[in-house]
Amino acid sequence: MEVVSQLYAAAPVVLIGLLAPSVMLLDALIRQSSRISFWTSLGGLLAVAGTGLLTLPASGKVFRGMLQTGGTAALFDTLLAIAGILTLLAARPYLQREGREYDEFYTLLLFALAGAIIVAHAAHLLVFFLGIELMSVAFYALAGYFRTQLRSVEAALKYFLLGAFATGFLLYGIAMVYGSSGALGYETIQAQLQHGTALPTLLLIGTGLLVVGIGFKIAIVPFHQWVPDVYQGAPTVVTAFMSTVGKAAVIVALVPLFQALQPAIGTKLQAALAVLSAATILLGNIIAVVQSNIKRMLAYSSIAHAGYLLMGLVAQSERGWAGMLFYAAAYLFMQLGAFIVVAIVERENEQRLELSDYAGLSRQHPVLAALMAVLLFSLTGLPPFAGFFGKYYLFTAAIEAGYTWLAIVAVIGTMISAYFYLGVLVAMYFREPREALVPVHGGTATASLWLSTAVVLALGIFPSSLLQLLERFL
Amino acid sequence: MEFLLVALLAVPLLGFGTVLLIPRERLGWIQGVSLGSSVLTLLLAIGIWLGFHPEKPGFQYVVSVRWIDSLDIGFRIGVDGVSLLLVLLTAFLMPLALLASLEPIRHRQKEYYAMMLLLETAMLGVFVALDTFLFYVFWELVLIPMYFIIGIWGGRNRVYAALKFFLYTLVGSLLMLVAIVWLGVYAEQHAGGFTADYERLRQLAPTIPLELQRWLFWAFALSFCIKVPLFPLHTWLPDAHVEAPTAGSVILAGVLLKMGTYGLVRFNLELFPQASFQYATLLAWLGVVGILYGALVAFAQTDMKKLIAYSSVSHLGFIVLGIFSMTVEGLQGALIQMVNHGLSTGMLFLCVGLLYERRHTRELAEFGGLARVMPLFAVLLLLAVLSSVGLPGLNGFVGEFLSLLGAARSRFLDNFLLVVLGACGVIFAAAYLLKFYHSLMFGEARNPENYHLRDLTWSERLQLVPLVLLFIWIGVYPHTFLNTSELALRGLVAKLEQLRFGVTNISVPPSTPAPERQPPATPAPEPQKLLEEQLRRMPPPRP
Repeated sequence: MEVVSQLYAAAPVVLIGLLAPSVMLLDALIRQSSRISFWTSLGGLLAVAGTGLLTLPASGKVFRGMLQTGGTAALFDTLLAIAGILTLLAARPYLQREGREYDEFYTLLLFALAGAIIVAHAAHLLVFFLGIELMSVAFYALAGYFRTQLRSVEAALKYFLLGAFATGFLLYGIAMVYGSSGALGYETIQAQLQHGTALPTLLLIGTGLLVVGIGFKIAIVPFHQWVPDVYQGAPTVVTAFMSTVGKAAVIVALVPLFQALQPAIGTKLQAALAVLSAATILLGNIIAVVQSNIKRMLAYSSIAHAGYLLMGLVAQSERGWAGMLFYAAAYLFMQLGAFIVVAIVERENEQRLELSDYAGLSRQHPVLAALMAVLLFSLTGLPPFAGFFGKYYLFTAAIEAGYTWLAIVAVIGTMISAYFYLGVLVAMYFREPREALVPVHGGTATASLWLSTAVVLALGIFPSSLLQLLERFL
Repeated sequence: MEFLLVALLAVPLLGFGTVLLIPRERLGWIQGVSLGSSVLTLLLAIGIWLGFHPEKPGFQYVVSVRWIDSLDIGFRIGVDGVSLLLVLLTAFLMPLALLASLEPIRHRQKEYYAMMLLLETAMLGVFVALDTFLFYVFWELVLIPMYFIIGIWGGRNRVYAALKFFLYTLVGSLLMLVAIVWLGVYAEQHAGGFTADYERLRQLAPTIPLELQRWLFWAFALSFCIKVPLFPLHTWLPDAHVEAPTAGSVILAGVLLKMGTYGLVRFNLELFPQASFQYATLLAWLGVVGILYGALVAFAQTDMKKLIAYSSVSHLGFIVLGIFSMTVEGLQGALIQMVNHGLSTGMLFLCVGLLYERRHTRELAEFGGLARVMPLFAVLLLLAVLSSVGLPGLNGFVGEFLSLLGAARSRFLDNFLLVVLGACGVIFAAAYLLKFYHSLMFGEARNPENYHLRDLTWSERLQLVPLVLLFIWIGVYPHTFLNTSELALRGLVAKLEQLRFGVTNISVPPSTPAPERQPPATPAPEPQKLLEEQLRRMPPPRP
C-alpha cells in the first residue's frame, strides 16, 4: 500500500517518465506518426499538468528521501508542463514551415521535460544530477535539430562540449559535499551540517563547485559564454524552450538544495553570490544593448534575468525563495512568449531575425505587436505585468537581507534593459515597414502566444494567487 | 459615496476596453465612446468635489481593498484637498484634449483614443493612490501610453523624443522603487510588518534617522524633479513637447508635470520632513534658477511650441519655490499654480495646435498680423497669454503671488534674494509672452498665406471658452478652490513647524484616526518616542 501512495505522490514524475519513452516507441512502431506523436504528447502533458495540481497537497519525501513531492515541486510540474504545451503548440507550425516536422522533436522535447520535472523533484544530489543530465542531453540534441544548418550544428557542439565540462564541475562538487558530510540526501546533509559533523573546508569547496556547475546551466556570468551562440543557432522554438524551462527547473531545484546547505553558507559565500548576481545583471543587459539580431538580444537578456533570479538566492530567506520562484514562473511565460513571437515572424533559413525586420509590424499585425509589447514591458519590469511584481518581491528580499546595493545595481540593469526592449517597440510601432510584410500565419502558435500573455497579465495583476501558494509550501 | 472614486478610475478604463473592442472602421463610435467616457469622468470628478468636506481633516472617499497580503499591499485610494484639485484638473483637461484630437489625428485613431483613455486612468490613479505600491504602478503606467502618443502621432523627430522621455523618467522612478521597497522593509524591522500603506508610512517615516532619510529623500526627489522638470533635469521636456501631438502636449504640460510637484508634496514633505528642512534651500534655489533660465531661453525661441515648453520650466520653478517655502501661503500658491499652469499652458498649446492645423508651421516668423484675420482667436489667446504672465484679475496672478509671498514669509528659507529673483521671473515672463503675442497678432500681415485663415470653428470655441471662464473664476474668486485644499496644507505645515521648531501657531482641528487600521502584529516601538529622539538629534532651530 505504501508503494501505491508513494507512487501517487510522485505521479507527475512517473507520468512524464512513462510518456517520453512511449512517444519514442510510437515513433518506432508507426510510420509518419508526427501527428499522432504531437497529439499524444499534448494529451500526456495535459495529464502531467493536471496531476501536478492534484498532488499539490501531497507534500513530503518519497522513495527513501530521494524525491520530494507536492508543494512547490508539484506546482512547477504544472507550470513546466504548461510551458511544454505552449512550446508544442508553437513548434508545430514552425517546424511545418521549415519542412522538418519529425517525431524525434516531440520525443526529445518530452525527455527534456522529464529531466526538468525530475530536477524540480530532487531531494537527493544524485537525483538532481540525473535530472540535469537527462535534460541537458536532450537539449544538446535539440540544439542541433536542424542538422543541415551549420549554425544549428555549431550550437549543438558548443553546447555539448561546454556542458560536459560543467557537468564535471557539478559532479566534483557533489563528490566533495559527499566527502564532507557522508551523505547525498538533502535531509541528511542538513542534519550533518547542523550537528557540526561535516568538514567545513571540503564543504565550502564542494558548494563552490556546485555553484560553478549550476552557474553554467543557468548562464551566470562568467559561465555564460555559450549562451548567445547556442541560443542563436538553435531552432527558435528550441531556444524558447531551453531558455525558459531549463532555467526555471534548475531554479526550483536550487531552493531545497540551498535550504539544506544553508548552515554552510556563510556571509562570504552570500557576498560572492551577490557579486555574481550583480555582474550577471549588468553584463547581460549591457551586451544586449548592442545586439541587432533579436534572438541574440533575447539570449543576453535571459542572462540578465538569471542575475535577477540569483538575487533570491543571495537573500537566503523565505522571502528570497518565494521571490525567486515567483520570478521564475513569470520569466517562464514572458520569455517563452517573446520567443514565440520571434518564431512566428521568422521565415525559412533564418530570415527575418534582425531587429530591422520588425519595422512596422504593428501596421500589418496589430495584435501580434500588441502582445509582444506586453511581453516586452513585462521583461523590462513595468507594472502592471508579472515581471514587475517579481522584481518588486526580489528587491524586497535583497533589501531585507541587507543587500540594498544589489537592488540598486538591479535597478540600473533594468534601466539599461529598457533601452533595448524599447528598441523592439520603436521598430514595431514607430518605424515604417520597409517592404510589404508577408502575412504571418501563426496557427496554433498564436493560441500559445495568447495564453502566455494572459498568464503574464494575470500574474501581474493578481500576484497573490501564486504567492500565497508559494508561501504556504516554503 | 466611496464608490464615486472607484467609478472615477473605472470609467476611463472601461472606455479603454470598449474602444479596443470597437472595429477600427467605426471611427464615430470610437470618438463618441472616448469623449463620452471622459465627460462622464469629469462629471464624476465634479460630483466628488461637491461632496467633499473641506472642513474635515484626512482623506475622504477612502476605499481600501486587500491585494497582496504578505506585503500589506492594498488597493487603497482616497482624496484630500491637494489631490482633489489635481483630479479635477485632469478630468477637466481630458475632454478638451480629446476634442482637440478629432481633426489632427488622422491615422490609427483606434489606438490613439485607447491610449488617451488609458493615460487618463493612470493619471487619476497617481493622484488618488494611498499605497506606495499602487502609486508606483500608476506612475509607471502613465509612461506607456504617453510613450506611444509621442512616438506614433508625434512630429518629425518623434522617435528620439519618445525614447528620451521614457528613459529619463524611468531612470528616476526606478530609484524611487528601491526607496519604496526600502521603506516597506524599514516598517517590517521597526513597526512589525512590511507595508505599502501610505497612512502607516506617514506615521513611521519621520522617525527614520536623518542620515537614512537623506538618501530616501533624494531617491524620491530625483524621480519627481525629473518629472517636474526642475533645472537642470529639464532637457527631455522641450523635445517631448515639441514632438508630441497637440493633445499630447496639453496633457503632458497640464497634468504629467504636476505629478512631479504633487509627489514632492505628498511624499517628500510628508514622509521625510527632516531631510526636507535640510534641502529646502537647495531645491528652492534650483526652482529660482529654473524660473530665470526657462524665461531667458523661452525669450530666444522662434518655434512656438518650444517657447511654451521653456515657459513651463519657468512656471514650474514658481511651484517648486512655493512648495519648499513650507508655508501655508506658499503651498497654497504652489497648488493653485499647478492648476493654473495646467489651464493656461494647456490653452496655449491648444492655440498653437490650431494654428499649426491651418498653416503646418510653428515658426513665429511665419506669422504676423493675425489679429485682423482671426479676431476672436486673438482675444482668447490674449487672455491665455495674460493669464500665463500673471496679470491680476486672472488666475496666474493668484498662484505666483501666493508662491512668492510664501517664500518671503518662510521660516525655512531665510533668504529674501529668492523672492527678488523669482519676482524678476514674472517680468521676464511678460517679456517673452508679449513678444510671442506681438509677433503673432500685430504688425503687417506680410505673409500672403495668412490672409485667409479661418477664425475659430465651433469645436475650437468649445475647447477654449471653458478654459477662459476658469481663468476668470480663479482670478477673481480663488477662494472656491483654495478652500478645498486649505485644511490639508495647514495640517502639513503645522506638522512641519512642529517638527522643526517645536511650536506652531497654525491651528488645525484634531485629526480623527484613520478608519480601520489594523494593529501591528508585534508591539512596535512608539512612533512618538522615536520622533522625540529624532528631534533631539536635530540641530537647534535658528533664533
